[in-house]
Amino acid sequence: MNNSKSVFAGAKTRRLVSGITAYLVLGILAVVMVFPFLWMLLSSLKDATQIASLAFLPTNPTLANYAIIFTSKHSQFGRWFMNSAVAAVWTTASVAFFDSIVGYTLAKFNFPGKRIVFLVIVSTLMIPTEMLVIPWYAMSRAFKWVNSYWGISFPGLVSAFGVFLMRQFMMTVPDDFIDAARIDGMGEFRIFATVILPLVTSALATLAIFNFIGNWNAFLWPLIVSSKPAMFTLPVGLANFSSESGSDWQLIMTGATVSMAPLIAVFLAFQKQIIKGIAMTGLKG
Amino acid sequence: MTLSKKRALTAYGFLALPLLYFVAVRFAPMLYLTVMSATNWGLFNKKIKFVGIDNFAKIFADPVFLKSFGNTAIYTLVGTPAVIVLGLVFALELDKIRKYQAGFRLIYALPYITPVVAVSWVWRWMFQQPPFGVIDALLVSLGIPAQGFLNDPREALFCVVAVNVWVELGYCVIIFLAGIQTVPPQLVEAARIDGASERKITRRIILPLLRPITLFLVVMEAIQFLRIFTQVYNMSYQAQGGPLDSTKSAALFIYEKAFTNFDMGTAAAASLVLFAVIMVVTLLQLKFFDKKMDY
Repeated sequence: MNNSKSVFAGAKTRRLVSGITAYLVLGILAVVMVFPFLWMLLSSLKDATQIASLAFLPTNPTLANYAIIFTSKHSQFGRWFMNSAVAAVWTTASVAFFDSIVGYTLAKFNFPGKRIVFLVIVSTLMIPTEMLVIPWYAMSRAFKWVNSYWGISFPGLVSAFGVFLMRQFMMTVPDDFIDAARIDGMGEFRIFATVILPLVTSALATLAIFNFIGNWNAFLWPLIVSSKPAMFTLPVGLANFSSESGSDWQLIMTGATVSMAPLIAVFLAFQKQIIKGIAMTGLKG
Repeated sequence: MTLSKKRALTAYGFLALPLLYFVAVRFAPMLYLTVMSATNWGLFNKKIKFVGIDNFAKIFADPVFLKSFGNTAIYTLVGTPAVIVLGLVFALELDKIRKYQAGFRLIYALPYITPVVAVSWVWRWMFQQPPFGVIDALLVSLGIPAQGFLNDPREALFCVVAVNVWVELGYCVIIFLAGIQTVPPQLVEAARIDGASERKITRRIILPLLRPITLFLVVMEAIQFLRIFTQVYNMSYQAQGGPLDSTKSAALFIYEKAFTNFDMGTAAAASLVLFAVIMVVTLLQLKFFDKKMDY
């Protein structure tokens, strides 16, 4: 009896110790994950004389850097912000529409060639962007798409990954809904828009959020297709601005903070969907 | 017209525009690039000539190409195992706790969703030499000599790897944790009652059940590292993949060939090599893991 009690107590202590170790280990990682963001924010509040001091907190926190980057001749953060927003919003709207209609068709219609169509779309996932940017650029020059919103966004108007995702979700929609609507004499597009779409809003929201994030962060293609500063997106503008800022790290960190702010807002607003979305499957690329 | 014919027509009506899009923006460009890789294609070349495999011969004789593809191999071979192992370790720890689990998960996801350009510059700032760099300051205060980091050709590549591991880690932790939580609790309970140690439960029950997820993550992360570009572009001086080409990746090499030298034919050839590498690595991994799975 005594013996078994001590064994039990031993197990309990062990569990307690492992619990404490877990919190410790996880806490250290949390610090590593958050510190760069904190350091960025704090650096953006320092002036040129404090930036070198490495004091953790700015002695005279100032918003002057924000005023500088939004008014300086060398940067157009306001304009870049708008470009990013326009490109991300309109690409996301296009993806949401086309991916859901293609996903719906592949999930709920029977037609000859369906398997091939699906394979053709999914196989485009394997073509790396690094390769496509070369012909895309040639195309953009030929059609005069360089330095335009259309040029920035045309490669992302339909997402093969999104088609795959929406098809999975559309398959869970019961056929009865569609049949009932058909018997009522509804047109096929109206069935899709007014009966089906409302049933898959959560999947659609996840797709839209990830697409928005991916577009907001996109770098390689916008870098190539926009050569005029007025047509830079935020990441391209930030990269350009930073490499011209030399050792004005307080300004670079201010620019980094500005380019991150909307994403952190989206992240906090949709944290549940984002975590669920990541857990469901990998959504970057 | 029969009903099924009408349905098929509707289906193709819905699919027409997206299919046209995939052909015009994915397949046709890919085909065009493949053909042009056998020419002296350049942005300012008026006369395009067929050159056969000259572009391939040229890149394989180019030390910078070999260096950048070698670097990419190191990025992948160091970065992928690092992010997978760390992801698994932290997911297992995260599974042990009940309180604040969601909070930790949220914090870990933060680097993954923020713009890579911005975090690259933040890390570049932290990697600065004394007296500016906060990491060197920390090392010195611990009695460790200051390091060159991004200025040191022996260290720079590993700094870039570390940053990308930091970016991707949260993604791996979240997916691993989701996988761990699908392990039936009865299985773990039964093993515990039988007196199996926690370590044994992890090794014998949880890890084998995580194999499909691990495979998925290894493939995804290997592709991420094979394609690494933005971090290198933003963390090296003048975006040149330095110092001394020590961080230059395959993707950056292709970018420079195409958009700095406007030597599109060579860039096309190099990008086909990268594409082939990605395909082979992916297929090998699928095969390797499949074999290990059916015991």
